[in-house]
Formats: sequence, C-alpha cells, structure tokens
Amino acid sequence: MSGYWAGILTILAINIIFAYGIFLPVATGQLNLGGAGFQAIGAYGAAFLSASFGLPVPVTIGVGMAIAGITGFVIAFPLLRTRGVYLVLATFAFAEVVGGLILNSDTFGGAMGLSVPAFIDWHVPVTAAVVVTLFVFYLMSTRFGLTMRAAHDDEVVTDLMGVNVRSIQVAAFAIGGALAGLAGGLYAHSFNFVEIQSFNALVSIYVLLYVLLGGTQTAWGPLAGATFFTMLPEALRTVLPALKSGIYSLAGVEGAVPAPDDSWRFVILGALTIAMMVFRPEGLITRTMIERFGFHRSRAGKGAPA
Amino acid sequence: MTALMSLTNVSKNFGGLAVITDVSFDVPAGARMALIGPNGAGKTTIFNLISGVYQPSAGEIRLEGQEISAIPSRERIGLGIARSFQNIRLMPHLSVLENVMLGQQARAGNLGNMLSPLRRSRWRREAEELLEQMGLDTYPGEVVATLPYGIRKKIEVVRALVAKPKLLMLDEPAAGLNNTETANLKDFLMQIAATGVTLLVVEHDMSLVRSLCDHAVVLNFGEKIYDGPTAEVQKDPDVLEAYLGTRHAGKETTDVA
Repeated sequence: MSGYWAGILTILAINIIFAYGIFLPVATGQLNLGGAGFQAIGAYGAAFLSASFGLPVPVTIGVGMAIAGITGFVIAFPLLRTRGVYLVLATFAFAEVVGGLILNSDTFGGAMGLSVPAFIDWHVPVTAAVVVTLFVFYLMSTRFGLTMRAAHDDEVVTDLMGVNVRSIQVAAFAIGGALAGLAGGLYAHSFNFVEIQSFNALVSIYVLLYVLLGGTQTAWGPLAGATFFTMLPEALRTVLPALKSGIYSLAGVEGAVPAPDDSWRFVILGALTIAMMVFRPEGLITRTMIERFGFHRSRAGKGAPA
Repeated sequence: MTALMSLTNVSKNFGGLAVITDVSFDVPAGARMALIGPNGAGKTTIFNLISGVYQPSAGEIRLEGQEISAIPSRERIGLGIARSFQNIRLMPHLSVLENVMLGQQARAGNLGNMLSPLRRSRWRREAEELLEQMGLDTYPGEVVATLPYGIRKKIEVVRALVAKPKLLMLDEPAAGLNNTETANLKDFLMQIAATGVTLLVVEHDMSLVRSLCDHAVVLNFGEKIYDGPTAEVQKDPDVLEAYLGTRHAGKETTDVA
C-alpha cells in the first residue's frame, strides 16, 4: 500500500473513532463541541508516557483514553446541568481550557509540541476503528442505547418511564470522552508528533459536523459522516484541477492551466454542508431510511402482508 | 373496596396562582374512574402531581397507603403508576416496538438488561406479543412519527400498559378521534380494565365517560365539586353550574358537555 493511502486510511480511522466519541453524547441530546479537548488529552497522555517513560504503545494509548474518559465523567456533572447552546459553549470552553493548559505547560512542550518515539502502522488505527464501530453498534442495540435515544427525544417522558436520564447522559458523555481520547492517542503514535495547534476549535467543529450531517439517530450516521467528509477533500484534490481545465477550454483559454488554489476544496465542502442541511436536515442516514431497508427485508421474509 | 390511590387535601400553587386547592379523593382498586371538568380545572395538574412531574404544595398522595410525594418521578412507574399524555408524547424517532420496550424500563432497568441486545430478547418478544394482542402488530418496526394519530394514541396506552401498572392514568385518550375510533378505544380500554388494571381517565367526551367509567370526580377552578357515580354526575347542580353557568343550572338539562 502506498504511503498516500496509508495516510488517508489512518486519518479516516481516527476520524471515525473521534466521530463516535462525539456521537454518543449527541445521541442522548447533548451537543459536545469540546471534541478537540478530549482528543488532546488522549494524544498528550500517550505522547508524554511514550516520550518520558518509553512505555509500550497499548499502555500509552490505554492510559490516555482512560484519562480522557475520567475527565469526561468528572466534567459531565457540572456541564450537563446546562442545556442547548449553553452546553455547546461550556464544552467549547472546556476544550479551550485544555488547550490553554497544555500550551502553558513545560512538561508537555508548550507551543513546541512533543515528539512521540513509538510509531504505529496504519493497520493499528484501522483495527481500532473496526472494534470501536462494532462496540458502538452493539451499544446502540441494547436497552442502554434505547434509553439514550429516548432521552434525546423527550427527557421528561423518559424519566417517567423509569429511566435515570442523568446517569445515561453522564455515561454516554464519559464513554464518548474516552473514545475521543483513543482517537487522540492513535493520532499521536501515527504521526509521531503532537502540538496543541492541531487540536484547535476547528477540529471540534468538524467532528461535530461529521456527526450531525451523518445523522445522530443510528450508529451508521457518524460512520457515513466521517467517511464522507474525510474522503471528500481527497476526491476533490483530483476532480478540481480537471474541472478547472475543462472550464478553461470551454472558455477558449489556450495553454497550460495552473492548478486551482487549495482553498477551493473547502469552499465546495462548505457548499455541500449547506446543501446537506437543506436536503437532509436530520442527517445523511436516518432511522426511517434504515427502517425502509429493514422493513422490505422482513416483509419479504414473512411472505404475506400482515 | 379499598383505595388504590388516595389524595388528601392536596394543593398546588405556581407562585401566587392556586391551581389545585384542597382536593381529596380516593381511587378504589379496580375502578374505572373519570376525572372531568372544564378547561383549566386542574385535571392534568392532578396527573402531574400523581406521576411526580410536580410536587404538591400541600397535602398527601398515597398509593396503597404509602405516601409517595418524596419518591422521585422515575421510580413511580415501578410502584405501579403509569400514564399517557394529553398531547401524544411518544418518542418520534423510535419505532413502535422500541417505544413499547421503553415502557418496560421499570421492570428491565438492571445493569444486565441494560447491556444486553434487545434483538431476540424476551423483552422484545413480550412487546411484540402485547402489540399483537392489542391489534397493533401491523407495523412494529415503523418509526412512530409517520403513523396516524389514532394509532399513536393507542400505542401510548400500550407503552404505559407494558409497565404492568396497578393504576393507568389516561389524559384525554379520545381527543381528536372520530366516533368509530372512540368506540374502538372504549373496547380497548374495557379489555385493559378487565385484566384488573385500575383506570383514571381525564376525558371531555361525555358519552365515552358514561360508557367507560363507573365513577367520576369533577374539578372546577382547582376544587373538587363532585365525587360519585358517573350516572348521577349530570344531575348535580354544582356540575351543571360549572359547565353551563348559574342561569341554566336550575333547569332540567340532560345533555351536558
């Protein structure tokens, strides 16, 4: 496999895990715009343990993931008291605090970043992404998953049905934090270098977009969203120059065409994001869509209409 | 008959606004009881007090003699109090079957159940069987937001029923239903009552109240004005006054509301 594709697969795997980390709280109705904070904790945890103590990779990533999960559990109690846009701001502020602390800490290299000695090949993040995907699918198929989705729809009624809504939300937030931390640890070891600038606010926004545009009702959503938005800029990398020379030749411009500016890829990404919000406001993959497929299958299986 | 649920001198104020004033009544075990009154009389507030959405400002609410005001709302369904809502409050993104399985939570909430898959579980089988029994097995996998109003109303009742409650509280189950659907609903509720579930029903459709309920409590402006057999309710002068005003109360009127 070429280095290019190994790199793409690594990024894709990390983004999928990261997206599931944000999906879990979002599926219970809690928007989490602090993704970069959890990812940074996981990444720096792993990087620090690897650089300072030379611990083996499973340990560094595992500990980083655990710290991110525990952080999520602890801050969930105050954070989940806020609602709607205030929760979004509070989680965003959390990520900024994490960023600020790391930037001002000599132990973690400050603005210089940390280099990570142990390297992992692309197949480690890919394997992890497969395991995490299966884990989230399993979780969503249990009663725990059912109560998560119920809390998303109507907290009052979910409570009256006998569900401890708060513990469900705290658990989802903490498990989500751990998954985002896992994505961070894998990132640190895949790229051998962490700097706090790569865990900025844009990262939190993008991962939340993957989840919201992919769909928050089923575990297929973040998988589709993360894959679509990770692969799209790569696809545009080859499509755009072809498009530009096509337009130039139509307009009758002679000679060699300079490659379009890289930022055009993000213009198209933005336009597609808006189009998705207009045409698929509940996300790319919805419950009804899955149900349509499943319904036809089960009907066909039964043979006769009920 | 012993009282399954009893309210003693219950009051509820929202700030300076007295919504319920000194209301007492018993719901006998096995009764089919109606809670009626003009709009704004406090019927839904009584439901919210019993199910724990609100705390009473004064008075006692007892289930089988046990004071329940201090018990968190989420634990009351486990004690045997289940309800439906005035405006359907099913989970719109869940399927019919999943909504019903949510109603099992009070019986299935331990960690082992929470973390095992629902597919092929006994809970799923039970929900499927109940839906079939109630004649609602056409689209178990359909997301509820897409279903007709009358069907959703019934599913909400089934969701409450699957908790195996002692007291089933229904808030305007016939609102928005046509005559056929209402007659259908009445049979459905009689079928439920026949299994020994006590019904407490808020309803404006007096023909349904007359045919379904044996007992009625009438509220007006948060106070109880009648407590007795349904057959007598429309002859009571206080009830007539509440619905029709003083001028008409003296006349012999047989068709109220």
